[in-house]
Amino acid sequence: MIAAILAGNTQLYHELVRPYERSVYLMALSYMKNEADAEDVAQEAFVKAFRNLSSFRAEAKFSTWLISITLNEARSRLRRHSIIRMESLDEPADGNGGVSPALLRDWREIPSEAVERAEIRELIQLAVESLPEIYRQVFLLRDVQELNVNETAEALGINISNVKVRLHRARMMLQKQLAPQLKTMNKTSKRRWLPWS
Amino acid sequence: MVIDCKHVWNYISGYLDDDLSEKTRDIVQKHLDHCEICSAILDSTRNIIILTADDRVFELPVGFSERLHMRIDVELMEAGS
Repeated sequence: MIAAILAGNTQLYHELVRPYERSVYLMALSYMKNEADAEDVAQEAFVKAFRNLSSFRAEAKFSTWLISITLNEARSRLRRHSIIRMESLDEPADGNGGVSPALLRDWREIPSEAVERAEIRELIQLAVESLPEIYRQVFLLRDVQELNVNETAEALGINISNVKVRLHRARMMLQKQLAPQLKTMNKTSKRRWLPWS
Repeated sequence: MVIDCKHVWNYISGYLDDDLSEKTRDIVQKHLDHCEICSAILDSTRNIIILTADDRVFELPVGFSERLHMRIDVELMEAGS
């Protein structure tokens, strides 16, 4: 399809990018923190990808190429507006970087229907947004957009073992923050739903 | 070989992704079989990953797709002119 677009059938570009709308938007949102800016970045990324389509190399995956364009666009926009958060891109200097999870004795599964509740969605969104950048990127690509380890490494320009380490820490940080909150909400909502309570 | 809880925590992610060597997986599994706390950590982490991956958690704004394709159309027209 890319060859056809480059040959002049540019309308096909609409079809080419349709499957990636969500992943590009989510990547942009993880940087911009508000929907309007994230949408701008996402649009700009798709436009830039079109302008640079001839430089796309077939050995790369189109999705990971798009993600790296989005990351660059978000970063350069934050730099332009001087609102880049002063986050270190290095691994934290805390020895082995181990993250202790929240200790629980039992876990009652929270069913998928729970995400229909706005407060549950907000809890999860906030927890993901509050992850340090290097962990948030990997988590979004691996666990939200479900890219594999190789694709994630390629999109972020890091090696596979870094992907695994960062993903592990991101998951542990989310467990630490979310598990106690979700557990409490699960209890509260159960009480509310019981007719005799 | 027996390992303590803190060591098991290092393997939670690898366990969930089925990315541990057979030997390590066996050791972790043995620990999980009798440790209530580590089992709860594993279950809650798995549960959180499933919830986060749900499309309803991170939704596209209403009209996002329409606006994007209008913007692309403008770009395509400019490129063609």
